[in-house]
Amino acid sequence: MGTYLARRAVHSFVSLAGLLILVFFLARLTGDPTNLYLPLDATLEARQEFAERHGFNDPVIVQFGRFLSGLAEFDLGTSIRKHRPAADVVLEAIPVTLGLAAVTMIVALLGAIVVGSLAAYRPGRIFDRLASVISLASASAPDFWVAITAILLFAVTLGWLPTSGTGGFAIEYWIMPIGVLLIRPFGLMVQVVRGSMLTALSSAYVKTARAKGVTERAVIFVHALRNGMLPVITVASDQAAGIANGAVIVETIFGWPGVGKLMIDSILYRDFAVIQASILITAAVIFTINIVVDIAYAVLDPRIRHH
Amino acid sequence: MAERAAPILEVRDLAVAFHTLAGELDAVDGISFDLHRGETLAILGESGSGKSVTAAAIMGILDSPPGFVRGGQALLDGVDLLALSEGRRRDLLGERIAIIFQDTLAHLNPVYSVGWQIAECFRIHRGVGRAEAYERAVDLMRQTHIPDPERRARDYPHQFSGGQRQRIMIAMALALEPDILIADEPTTALDVTVQAQILDLLIELRNARNMGLILITHDLGVVAEIADRLAVMFHGRIVESGSVGEVFADPQHAYTRRLMSAIPGRAPPPLRVATKVVGAAPLLEVRDLAKHYEVTSGLMRRRTGDVVKAVDGVSFDIQRGETLGVVGESGSGKTTLAKMLLLLEPPTSGSARFGGEDLFTLKGPDLLHLRRRMQVVFQDPFSSLNPRMSVAEIIAEPWSIHDGVVPKAERADRVVELLDRVGLAAEHARRYPHQFSGGQRQRIAIARALALAPDLVICDEAVSALDVSIQAQILDLLKSLRDELGLAYIFIAHDLAVVRELADRVAVMKTGKIVELGTTAQIFDRPAHPYTQALLGASPLPDPELMAERRQRRGIGIQMVKNG
Repeated sequence: MGTYLARRAVHSFVSLAGLLILVFFLARLTGDPTNLYLPLDATLEARQEFAERHGFNDPVIVQFGRFLSGLAEFDLGTSIRKHRPAADVVLEAIPVTLGLAAVTMIVALLGAIVVGSLAAYRPGRIFDRLASVISLASASAPDFWVAITAILLFAVTLGWLPTSGTGGFAIEYWIMPIGVLLIRPFGLMVQVVRGSMLTALSSAYVKTARAKGVTERAVIFVHALRNGMLPVITVASDQAAGIANGAVIVETIFGWPGVGKLMIDSILYRDFAVIQASILITAAVIFTINIVVDIAYAVLDPRIRHH
Repeated sequence: MAERAAPILEVRDLAVAFHTLAGELDAVDGISFDLHRGETLAILGESGSGKSVTAAAIMGILDSPPGFVRGGQALLDGVDLLALSEGRRRDLLGERIAIIFQDTLAHLNPVYSVGWQIAECFRIHRGVGRAEAYERAVDLMRQTHIPDPERRARDYPHQFSGGQRQRIMIAMALALEPDILIADEPTTALDVTVQAQILDLLIELRNARNMGLILITHDLGVVAEIADRLAVMFHGRIVESGSVGEVFADPQHAYTRRLMSAIPGRAPPPLRVATKVVGAAPLLEVRDLAKHYEVTSGLMRRRTGDVVKAVDGVSFDIQRGETLGVVGESGSGKTTLAKMLLLLEPPTSGSARFGGEDLFTLKGPDLLHLRRRMQVVFQDPFSSLNPRMSVAEIIAEPWSIHDGVVPKAERADRVVELLDRVGLAAEHARRYPHQFSGGQRQRIAIARALALAPDLVICDEAVSALDVSIQAQILDLLKSLRDELGLAYIFIAHDLAVVRELADRVAVMKTGKIVELGTTAQIFDRPAHPYTQALLGASPLPDPELMAERRQRRGIGIQMVKNG
């Protein structure tokens, strides 16, 4: 297992390096930030001075060298928009997004496991059909529309919940963003759980368990579920990575200062240092998710552990 | 024998049916039988005869839907298992009646340790605490002769061999000391020497606990080895029953008689002199052929220096028209040998000359030409035929790979010819593999192998997956093709009787080496190597008297049931 993780870390490091190179040069293709930050009629001297201060007048390859040497000292550069270290800007946004992602995934996963398992237990019955229709609808719901409709209904008309903001992370501010975020992963995962539980419940070892006199609840949630979890975890990690990467729409609509919103703003403002820093840090988060998933595989399935 | 006590299990008019697209289909059609304590009842039948469905129905683990019990009773000490509520029946499962299955890898839960799975019986039925249940599981593994049970209980099913897994299955089934054990093809997937050990274990435990044992099997040898009474099932009915001695000596029903006569190797095969041309070069010369796999580990996948020798220096010749049987237990290297000869796996060292040309150095068109002369038939006709290709496409495919063998215009006719040759009809050409039975599919695979008019056909366990009567038909087909077309076969099998039926010479393989090579008569009548002797000694023969003798020698007596 240790060797395996080490091998994964090496692979991830290589792809991370490639990604950083790509982002560094592509970001600079979006245009010259000087035009954005100085008035249109700024003098040539002022432009020169701005470029000099932020190092934009050096050849791109020199800028890249500077970026790398900064990286070696854990210095990710300075945000030209906020005049603060880019790393600090990103590290403020990360917990917001991760909190959102974690709560959403836990709720969606637990819900999907219960609903999907029970649907698979008696396929074709009323509960299964209901679950299929609901999960299909929720997997295909456009989240921006759901978000706006929810604000209209629960905040404006009924006045039960605040329209937006984090409100110091009081519980009522969490309800709508999470409700909107979990709709799609929940629907998707119900279908994955149902599919893999159908296979698990019709397997030979379930027959053995029944022949031993195991209760039906234990057959589903002890014998079949652990076998049916692998594909579910794969999809769940994919969804979690998606949210961690920035729940852009939900963060924007509900005014949550997360990484998704930060990244979009940084691209619009050509704030290169923040773009690079947020990509580096979210990539590290996604790498961690993948490692956790690999460990989860090995914990759930001894055949993977011994491979 | 004195008058018997009441049977522990009475099955009365049991009927099981399945909902299918074509309406309700009777799988078990009103069967009745009794089982007493301490006796073994064998239910014998081929696939589809309803024997496993009977077991599933009694245990209440029928696949339902589509299966359902249509009627009848299964009285366990007078209590009808089929009429019980689910909760009441669950209390009896494992406690009074238990079952073991054939495919132990699929039937044990892959993600829980075997100790946990055995211990579960104590936890759910007896409310025993985790630690104590686990202790008892270890103890059961000791009773079923698993070495080092304290350590092994923590391991998972895939870490055990097939024979050990069956011991674990038995330990689990017998945890609560049930009165009845149903064994559904318990040894079918196992090597003969392991099979003998498992059968011994079953008898030992049956005797020690005075259980009733229902043995479901298609293997007459296994019946002769351990059963007291026999019920023969055919199309969902019991067509014949009685003591094993009686039925074997004087089968009454036509089906039973056919089954007995279909046993391969029962009659000594007519002496066949291979069409050997004296002085001619052999068709295939194999010299010191070896395949070693290196074990790697660590971050850089460094070679650890450990080597698995799958095939370890094998040499033999095959003449034109000759059949070489290759026997050995699983892991002995039979299939790796076949793969190397078919160039599906590169050899580590050694050489093979086919028709005088070096098999392993040929390239390009020369190699393509040579491949035409060597074809293969695999074991599993369900997965070796492409399900999305029609039979005509499957058979004709080699002709589009090898240009100029059969012109396009003649291909349809040749397909029909080949189908006719292997005993299928012209109208089968348009159908797809799933529309055929196992035996028919194997005929299709043979037709495909014949399409290029090869000199050598490698049959890798080609009849192992088939029922006895179908096996006999396919063996007859292979024989007639050999005699008419002058084919040479390498016939790989773990079933010695089948090899005896077909082979001119036999090579016995063990751990990658040929330990003995001789004519079929030499190997079977005067085996020289101890391993060959052990192999022959372990394989069950369909002869109750002989088996009783052999069992006595092993020290496992079947005590007849004596009551009163």
